[in-house]
Amino acid sequence: MSDTQVTLASGHEGSVRDQFVAYIRRLKGGEMGSVPALFGILVLTVVFQIASPFFITKLNFVNLFVQSSELMMLSAALVFVILLAEIDLAAGVTAGVSMAAFIVLVKSAGWPWIPAMLIAFLVGMAIGAFIGYMVAKIGVPSFVVSLAFFLGFQGMQLVLLGEGGVYRVEVPTVLAIMNKNLPPLGGWILLALCTAASYAISVWDRGRRSKTGLQNKPFAIVLMKLAALVVMGSISVYYMNLNRSQGAIPIKGVPIVIPITILVLTIGTFVLDRTRFGRHLYAVGGNPEAARRAGIKVVQIRIIAFTVCSFLAVISGVFHASRIGSVDGSAGRTIVLSGVAAAVVGGVSLFGGRGRLSHAVVGSIVISMIDNGLGLLQMKAGINFLVQGGVLLLAATIDALARRRGGVVSRA
Amino acid sequence: MTAAVPVIELTGVRKSFGPVEVLKGVDFSAYAGQVTALVGDNGAGKSTLIKGLAGVQPYDEGLIRFAGTQVELNSPLQASGYGIEVVYQDLALCENLDIVQNMFLGREEMKTGTLNEPEMELQAIKALKSLSVRTMQSVRQKVSSLSGGQRQTVAIARSVLREAKLVILDEPTAALGVAQTEQVLNLVKSLASQGVAVIIISHNISDVFKVADQISVLYLGRMVAHLNTKQTTYDEVISYITGTKTQEGANA
Repeated sequence: MSDTQVTLASGHEGSVRDQFVAYIRRLKGGEMGSVPALFGILVLTVVFQIASPFFITKLNFVNLFVQSSELMMLSAALVFVILLAEIDLAAGVTAGVSMAAFIVLVKSAGWPWIPAMLIAFLVGMAIGAFIGYMVAKIGVPSFVVSLAFFLGFQGMQLVLLGEGGVYRVEVPTVLAIMNKNLPPLGGWILLALCTAASYAISVWDRGRRSKTGLQNKPFAIVLMKLAALVVMGSISVYYMNLNRSQGAIPIKGVPIVIPITILVLTIGTFVLDRTRFGRHLYAVGGNPEAARRAGIKVVQIRIIAFTVCSFLAVISGVFHASRIGSVDGSAGRTIVLSGVAAAVVGGVSLFGGRGRLSHAVVGSIVISMIDNGLGLLQMKAGINFLVQGGVLLLAATIDALARRRGGVVSRA
Repeated sequence: MTAAVPVIELTGVRKSFGPVEVLKGVDFSAYAGQVTALVGDNGAGKSTLIKGLAGVQPYDEGLIRFAGTQVELNSPLQASGYGIEVVYQDLALCENLDIVQNMFLGREEMKTGTLNEPEMELQAIKALKSLSVRTMQSVRQKVSSLSGGQRQTVAIARSVLREAKLVILDEPTAALGVAQTEQVLNLVKSLASQGVAVIIISHNISDVFKVADQISVLYLGRMVAHLNTKQTTYDEVISYITGTKTQEGANA
């Protein structure tokens, strides 16, 4: 390297411009994250807007978010295992079985909904822990274990609910998640809270760094990120607060599912970025042998990752039940593949060790936009699958090439 | 030789795998502030000797003294408890993590339940500076973007962070070019100058002469020579390694 410095840098030095240059260099080095997917969102928006006048409408804008929240949550769940270079094909049906347990307890056993929901989550986590145990301790490849569960649990759902059994969800709180909205003021308060929290975290981090005697990035970068959040957030809240009803009764406000999703994903990101567990998860995903030698309990990390995956998958299952208002025996079969696709499209590496929950969010929006946009254009389902498959292949190729690019840089 | 108590002293160490006796009563010691090279042909027993010190493969027989007191090394945890760190040839780094994260892997600094990144960054920078490392652009760059020599640097600096008393380097220059080898050898010297006992395994005798204070030669499971680098020659070391010259403890 030619531009060697005498003092050791930490990447926080220099002006806004230097930071930008460094960011571009990282992008070129293969650390692209969700940049290709964000570019994809832009392209899809333009293409669909030209093709269909309905694409950017109040109603569809909200629909898109609500539809994608299920996928987002499942995709975020899968990130925890994909980071380990593993896969959980059973995540969807795990959610399905958990929701079947929930509805049977509520409907047939007459339980109150809260303890039934608690059991549903425990069932999901137990399944996740068991899959993790089979993978980490017994050493069966996760693809095979989760495929076995994928098949078996389709049967389990039918056993629990009966052949062709469909139970209506008559729990108002559960139904409200996808079908009710915050009052318009609530949306603005939510945005204010998010902005304040983001600002507080930045200031707190900078305080810690300067107390230790380390340099901080220019404060302008914090303000720029905050400004982006406020602008994007305001547009979204404004749009969602408009009356999108086509009937007499007005429908407006931010859907309740959105603050829930933000909260869960924020906690998940916090765990991945700032806790020892998160750091060890990335380490095991990057180099299990190095992690083991560093004293990390690799088996334990793997089991916890699968448990977290199933837990988040059950949340996705709750969203699904809330949206369609019922629980049936086929829930969760197809969504899991879209979940994997969304994570990969968003920039999570299938090779393990690279990826963030925000990537799953961006990827889910891409997949949902394709779904939604092609639906508006009244394309046949076949076209939809073909396009999604193509996008996934493209994303996986970018992933593999970026990985190779990283290797080339290291030899330079 | 030195009058001081060696950091590590092995006496009469034996190790067999089934009927094959790999170490046949080996004596070996390494001193603080010195680089001791362990050389020998393939199959001489270098790796077995090192694995015993690392606690990975305990010896069958023999006395181990750490800083003068007798100890047992039956697990890697025990070994690292005494401050014995091994830098293996494959380095054991996570390419997806940055330099600081790798240096603190498995022993992260925490504050109020979360990772104390600034503290770790500061200590990592200090450790690298103590080794006079000047070739890193940023301590926050991913290991995947580092060259072979830089990776070796990170692995060695990690042992500094852990305040190791004894650092064992397994073929640290095997995969490196000329300039990077030079860098790593300088690093080894500055590690020793901090008062750490360094054991370096190498096949490259000219590297050994550049960096080592003492040279110990293993030949077919026996320690055939302990040589002072200043008082020996390239040819003498080679003849011990190849077994054309044998001698029991005359040179000390």
